[in-house]
Amino acid sequence: MSVAPLFHIRGLTKSLGGRPILRGIDLDVRRGEVLCVIGPSGSGKSTLIRCLNFIEIPDGGEIQFDGHPVVVGPDLDRHRAQVGMVFQKFNLFPHLTVLRNLTLAPMQVLGLGAAEAVVRARDLLGRVGLGDREGAFPAELSGGQQQRVAIARALAMRPKAMLFDEVTSALDPELVGEVLEVMKGLARDGMTMVVVTHHMKFAVEVGHRVVFLEGGVIAEEGEPRELLEKPKNPRLKEFLGHLI
Amino acid sequence: MDPKPWLEILPRALANTALLTVTSLAVGLVLGLIVGLARIGPIKPLRIAAAVYVELIRGIPLAVQIFYIYYGFGYLIRKVYNPNPFVSATAAFGICYAAYIAEIFRAGFQSLDRGQTEAARALGLTRRQALRHVLLPQAFRNILPALGNEGIALLKDTSLASVVTISELTQSGKALASLTLRFFEVWTVIALCYIALTLPLSWGVRRLEARLRVRGATLPH
Repeated sequence: MSVAPLFHIRGLTKSLGGRPILRGIDLDVRRGEVLCVIGPSGSGKSTLIRCLNFIEIPDGGEIQFDGHPVVVGPDLDRHRAQVGMVFQKFNLFPHLTVLRNLTLAPMQVLGLGAAEAVVRARDLLGRVGLGDREGAFPAELSGGQQQRVAIARALAMRPKAMLFDEVTSALDPELVGEVLEVMKGLARDGMTMVVVTHHMKFAVEVGHRVVFLEGGVIAEEGEPRELLEKPKNPRLKEFLGHLI
Repeated sequence: MDPKPWLEILPRALANTALLTVTSLAVGLVLGLIVGLARIGPIKPLRIAAAVYVELIRGIPLAVQIFYIYYGFGYLIRKVYNPNPFVSATAAFGICYAAYIAEIFRAGFQSLDRGQTEAARALGLTRRQALRHVLLPQAFRNILPALGNEGIALLKDTSLASVVTISELTQSGKALASLTLRFFEVWTVIALCYIALTLPLSWGVRRLEARLRVRGATLPH
């Protein structure tokens, strides 16, 4: 058991289209921690979380994962395989059944045999409450079901951490709950999670720590209830006032 | 009317046209995929080379390309290799159609959502694995109707192979016409032969489309 943080981020910068998005982020994510990232749109939340698995390549600064620096190179795919990601738009593979969505990467990347990958996939589909839909294609599922498949797909790689990028924002309101429930279950099981979210209730109930991003820097961070129910930072106060 | 010359000439002509179409289409698809990928790939010199290829080939009439490869290039390398008309025609058709097919593949890949690549790479798939298992199957399904069109156009363009002495349908039609002097009958039969080849091809493409169609993914009404 190492006490070193799972993610160790220092001086992270990133510009997109010539516009600076992240202006120097220092952040540690501990093992088993549920870290919620909040902030106004354009504050760099998504860019930050996308830099953590190098889907967005940072311009400057350093990211260490599990004690190893993350850099562009032959080891990058191995890093990505260890960090699960769930997207706002699900991004399931529409030409593959639910089951094949879950077995593709374990078979191709981890070299699992088909039988073992299927066992693993079925177990996960059961956990997200979709054990009976393994033969369906993504387009046959509701948004909430698709997002639960996407979570299961990421978990099939047995990742050490999970990244959630506004995963309920594209869902009809009545479907949000089922996805948040799955995420709560993961948190209970001790998964390290970085969650970009607008659900302050989720942050308070499930999060161990909240980071408030504004203008590409961390403007405030702290214990969720403390930070969100009694905000001191005037910008955070204003941001929270705009929700609801 | 003596059926002997017809029976001697037509079956071989049909077979040659079909064979020429299949081999040329295979070359065109493989080369077209490679050129199409090069056009949207990360390596700039390859992107430029692929774009130049497409523009050059599209600017030259197919008949000139066939002459160029069989007579021109063939003359150039006559000391080391005596060009076979069939190989030359296959190369000419394949190279020509690859330029068009490359553009179709390019559009097919570019029409896919970026999120597909991101999701595949986020799972740890390499660029090649993402292409093979995630992007290519989707792109191929989307461009299948356009590829079917190219296949039919190619089948009909193989009539140009008559200029390099291949006994395909058009060349055989000429031979048969001068042999029997039944011009109307001969060219009617030749036209019907082409249709007899294009119809199964369209049918096959439609069957493949139906097989690859994904359940649930119908267009909204």
